[in-house]
Amino acid sequence: MQVTYIQAINQAMHEEMARDENVLILGEDVGILGGAFKATEGLLEKFGSERVVDTPIAESLIVGAGVGLAIQGMRAICEMQFIDFISCGFDQIVNMAATLRYRHGGQASCPIVVRGPCGAGVHGGIYHSQNPEAWFFHIPGLKIVAPATAYDAKGLLKAAIRDDDPVIYLEHKFLYRRIKEEIPEGEFIVPIGKAALRKEGRDMTVITYGSPVHAVMKAAKDMASEVDIEVIDLRTLLPLDWKTIRTSVTKTGKALIVHEARRNGGIGGEIAARIAEELFDFLDGPILRVASRDTHNAFATPLEEYIIPNQERITEAIRKLASY
Amino acid sequence: MAATSPSRVSASDTAGIDVTGAEALDWFKKMSLIRRFEERAEEAYGQGKIGGFLHLYIGEEAVAVGAMAALRPDDDVITHYRDHGYVLARGVEPKRVMAELYGKATGLSKGKGGSMHMADVKRHVWGGYAIVGGHIPLATGLALANQYRKLPHVVACFFGEGATNIGTFFAGLNLAAVWKLALVAIVENNRYGMGTAFERVSAVSDVYKKACAFDIPAEQIDGNDVLAVRDAVHRMVERSRAGGGPQLIEAMTYRFRGHSMGDPQRYRTKEEVEEAKARDPIVRWRRTVLTSGLAAKTDLEKIRDEVEAEVEEAVRFAENSPAPDPSELCSDVLVSE
Ligand SMILES: Cc1ncc(C[n+]2csc(CCOP(=O)(O)OP(=O)(O)O)c2C)c(N)n1
Repeated sequence: MQVTYIQAINQAMHEEMARDENVLILGEDVGILGGAFKATEGLLEKFGSERVVDTPIAESLIVGAGVGLAIQGMRAICEMQFIDFISCGFDQIVNMAATLRYRHGGQASCPIVVRGPCGAGVHGGIYHSQNPEAWFFHIPGLKIVAPATAYDAKGLLKAAIRDDDPVIYLEHKFLYRRIKEEIPEGEFIVPIGKAALRKEGRDMTVITYGSPVHAVMKAAKDMASEVDIEVIDLRTLLPLDWKTIRTSVTKTGKALIVHEARRNGGIGGEIAARIAEELFDFLDGPILRVASRDTHNAFATPLEEYIIPNQERITEAIRKLASY
Repeated sequence: MAATSPSRVSASDTAGIDVTGAEALDWFKKMSLIRRFEERAEEAYGQGKIGGFLHLYIGEEAVAVGAMAALRPDDDVITHYRDHGYVLARGVEPKRVMAELYGKATGLSKGKGGSMHMADVKRHVWGGYAIVGGHIPLATGLALANQYRKLPHVVACFFGEGATNIGTFFAGLNLAAVWKLALVAIVENNRYGMGTAFERVSAVSDVYKKACAFDIPAEQIDGNDVLAVRDAVHRMVERSRAGGGPQLIEAMTYRFRGHSMGDPQRYRTKEEVEEAKARDPIVRWRRTVLTSGLAAKTDLEKIRDEVEAEVEEAVRFAENSPAPDPSELCSDVLVSE
């Protein structure tokens, strides 16, 4: 079955809500409108307004009410209309949801999914383009996933909904309708915590996730005569699949990290540090990063294109690393 | 003071209209300018010349124009993201606003902000904010600064009814009331937050009633009547300036277009939209002006031509302006080496 990335997300919610009557969704315009991007289309008609809840514009409420539901054994999908507004629900995620199981000494868990469209490339400007993973990467008790394919979008969302801990699910809005692929008809799950080896190679490891996975794969193909690249798509950012990274970098001796989030304080820094700490003896070159430039996103098209990691910057970094 | 009951002042039933001919024409011109400006922006968006998100103010022009007419030029203005109307009503050059929509270097924020974040500090316009409710505490801070410095400025804070269910609304107005700040909250109730009808998600769907939580004066007015808006804002602003503390105005209006571009509007009926269009604030004001003899038909026609020329000039300016240079990305922000 051919589906787009956003259809895969929609299917995952349909299937999980049909499978488990404890699953419900809360968010702005998720019901009658079917979501600002149509991710929740058809859910209201199928499951009714008790389970598909249009909320007021109040992200702390959307997350907080989700936590309350979760304590009672329900499973809440909390939609942020744009992931940028997750900052308005920050306290509920970081102080309420993430600490809940620990604080209760294991007496209760907090099965919520906070999901929403992230990422740049659609001229959304400052508040409609962000990649917030690093804000949450610092927090124990949370899981963070960021699918790059329709298959993973579906499988990871199903896994996230079934997970007993709070999961932040980052769906890249640039991929919503640009990715269309064949996925299996039947039920499948993509486990949280497992990276995907997208391509095997001998010369260097490129570690990436989300939207840039596609640019990295293109680079790997276009540059095949020059350099044999191994591509890891992390899929889950927290907890990091360190084993997959270690195995690959030990083999290739070189690591490049590519993400769309800003470089400063980004996840790439943590991965680089870990490689430096544990795999120093295996390295044949510096650990490089390609990321968004350390400034705010701009509205003007040429500026936005300049900020986010493009094909050219990825190619350049690969060449540089290959020269060692 | 408890929240007052709604007073519906309307130009048509006001016997002695307290407005000069010059004002009447100025308001007509500004409302027409906003309308025409946005129609052209809509067109440019359709041609792919403007990108991103574009939220039109068409149908709500009387609120911005009436309110700005009541404010002094050095009163502070801070708004939500549906903000083209406010800056145009404040007198910002249309070409600078259009250039910002086009993301050009000559735009109001050098193409960095875009449609939702119009700011003109020298005109005391402290920006449009696309985080719903995010600017309400800022309005409290602006007013606190004015109080501290003993400045006679009032802060006008504009937002949609959708912003009255988020914490910042309550936190911001609460402290403004405690400190008796000179602040007027002007809520544009256009009945929908995106595709969600307000009464579906708000326990109290008359926004003015929420003012009782802060024990501040509030009025619900006809937001499609520019004169009623001017009068109410004037009353509230001057009371606030005189030490009366914060005030709240709920201006009832309607957006004729979708929430943003490409909204199929399945959440409301065509009849409802048509009915609202019959209350078009510009058509109404035109009628009032003509029947009360404030101006002649030829005056209005002249204005229409002026507006057309001004908007065309704005489009030309935007189209011929250069794109911002990437070096702009590292200006106006602390960027690490
Ligand atoms: C904190 C936050 N949550 C969600 C959104 C997405 N959003 C943008 S506009 C809007 C509706 C706003 O309605 P209202 O405040 O009534 O203003 P109107 O659009 O009617 O002018 C929503 C939900 C946002 N911008 N900010």
